[in-house]
Amino acid sequence: MAEAEVEAGAGRRDVADPGAWREDAFAGRSRLLEGVRAYGLIVAMWMRSTMAYRASFVMTTVGNFVATAFDFVTIMLMFTHVDALGGYTLPEIALLYGASATAFGLSDLLLGSVERLGRRVRDGTLDTLLVRPVPVLAQVAADRFALRRLGRITQGLLVLGYALVTLDIAWTPLKVVMLPLMVLSGAAVFGAVFVAGAAFQFFAQDASEVQNAFTYGGTTVLQYPPSIFAKELVRGVTFVVPLAFVSWLPALYVLGRDYPLGLPGWVAFLPPVVAALCWALASLAWRTGLRAYRSTGS
Amino acid sequence: MDSDFIELDGVEKVFDVRRRTGFLRRERREVRAVDGISFRVPRGEMVGYIGPNGAGKSTTIKMLTGILTPSGGRLRVAGIDPSRERTKLAHRIGVVFGQRTTLWWDLPLRDSYRLMHRMYRIPDSRFRENLDRCVELLDLAELLDVPVRQLSLGQRMRGDIAAALLHDPEVLYLDEPTIGLDVISKAKVRGFLRELNAERSTTVLLTTHDLTDIEQLCDRVMVIDHGRLVYDGALAGLHEVGESERTLVVDLEREMPPIELASDLAVRVVRVEGPRQWLAFPASASAAPLVARLAAEHPLVDLSVREPDIEAVIAKMYAADPSRQAV
Repeated sequence: MAEAEVEAGAGRRDVADPGAWREDAFAGRSRLLEGVRAYGLIVAMWMRSTMAYRASFVMTTVGNFVATAFDFVTIMLMFTHVDALGGYTLPEIALLYGASATAFGLSDLLLGSVERLGRRVRDGTLDTLLVRPVPVLAQVAADRFALRRLGRITQGLLVLGYALVTLDIAWTPLKVVMLPLMVLSGAAVFGAVFVAGAAFQFFAQDASEVQNAFTYGGTTVLQYPPSIFAKELVRGVTFVVPLAFVSWLPALYVLGRDYPLGLPGWVAFLPPVVAALCWALASLAWRTGLRAYRSTGS
Repeated sequence: MDSDFIELDGVEKVFDVRRRTGFLRRERREVRAVDGISFRVPRGEMVGYIGPNGAGKSTTIKMLTGILTPSGGRLRVAGIDPSRERTKLAHRIGVVFGQRTTLWWDLPLRDSYRLMHRMYRIPDSRFRENLDRCVELLDLAELLDVPVRQLSLGQRMRGDIAAALLHDPEVLYLDEPTIGLDVISKAKVRGFLRELNAERSTTVLLTTHDLTDIEQLCDRVMVIDHGRLVYDGALAGLHEVGESERTLVVDLEREMPPIELASDLAVRVVRVEGPRQWLAFPASASAAPLVARLAAEHPLVDLSVREPDIEAVIAKMYAADPSRQAV
């Protein structure tokens, strides 16, 4: 009896419901992979649309590059008057700057769009993302994917390249591994801060300025050696917002310098751990924020 | 399951509203946006969900789509708890918000549709079939390559409706789908929804301010006020309960005493202001014979017909039966 019912039901669905494919479209997929896939789809769409206006893309990217390049030009000008800043030479600072700028550029390119979340909450367009079958974070992060931000990454990589060519580093395999490790972990830490900042905007919709203080402000601090800043600030940066892992500690390791605050040598290898920890906190914050939004609607 | 496709049992949504009353003092107030609503919608039905502003219509829709989590009660759509399995439900529902678009603002319609195709994993053949059908019936062919932000409100609404239907949803929620549309767009949208419901037996739940939407589309109408269901039944019954009337605004050549017409037309003058007079007549009656008679017997300059608004219908409902607080 029950079997017959099931069969009849299945048969009817094939005939009457042209949308029967839906079950297969959803069945047992991991949310993380779905999120990455959706992110890729949306990014691809924005890139296609950017490339439709190639000249405009080239010009905005060059503009982005030039605007960020002035940053480092300022530092170079400073070095026409002094030989060292806080005991660091220009190429050494270039290493700090290049690693940090590249890391920040990467996370800004991949996740920078999440800072528009506050506006979406205010004007109610977040609701339209919640009715789609993919994670909201992926949709927010991929929205208006701005390929022009490659300009900042290019600038960071150039400065980093300059540092590596001019510096006289006693390379070891570990130091070689350290370079990509610090850039990628740094990008991950910045990304986590972007996401946590966006999560905060669920509660206070004007919080993007606070977050900018951490991301844009953070990258500025990290472009200078730790010894020119007050000790308390250094401690805060290291422990409260672990952005120091973005470039200082690994860079000091590569340069063979002493660490600030008498930290032990192995801390230079912590960046991936710190990045993972930051992401755990950021995703917790994101879930909390989204849950709060779904219970208050504002 | 088919007769209880959408189920609500005592669903509530309570908001905590904080208001600044002093420099640091804040007052907390509880707002019961939805205050214990229960109803069933069988598969394939087309239901109007109406009520004045702030009655709780949008809040209900947001709970039915999984955007908002109910504060209490039980809610199921196609057997799924929307707030717990939002993404699973998203494959089976289509949503159109009249006030904001689900399309990508800066991109051509075609790009938005292509993205939906991939995002919902719609099989190619189904996608093409659904898109072709929408393009034809909603007249979208010339709009496909226009960025959404350049579309008029009516065009955008049609684009949005198409986007909500590409993945063969079993239920379509429309929140004010005809708000701000011109007469032609309204007619097109209504015709399309009628056909969709007839051919695909897609369940449709729509909120509206426009009673004509309900008249032309829905057999059943639910009225919500102050978060409670105050009427659930046929539209005709609502008119009966609310004695709803339309108003004919007549501009005469000069000031005249209140118009009197032969008694076979149920019409009465409700207001006179200089050469302008307001005539009320039953919403179910046609205005044509009335206008013909007026034009023949009086020096007409201009006239317009005003539809009864939901607020008026509900106000009359209360006036007719003060004990009616909830059904």
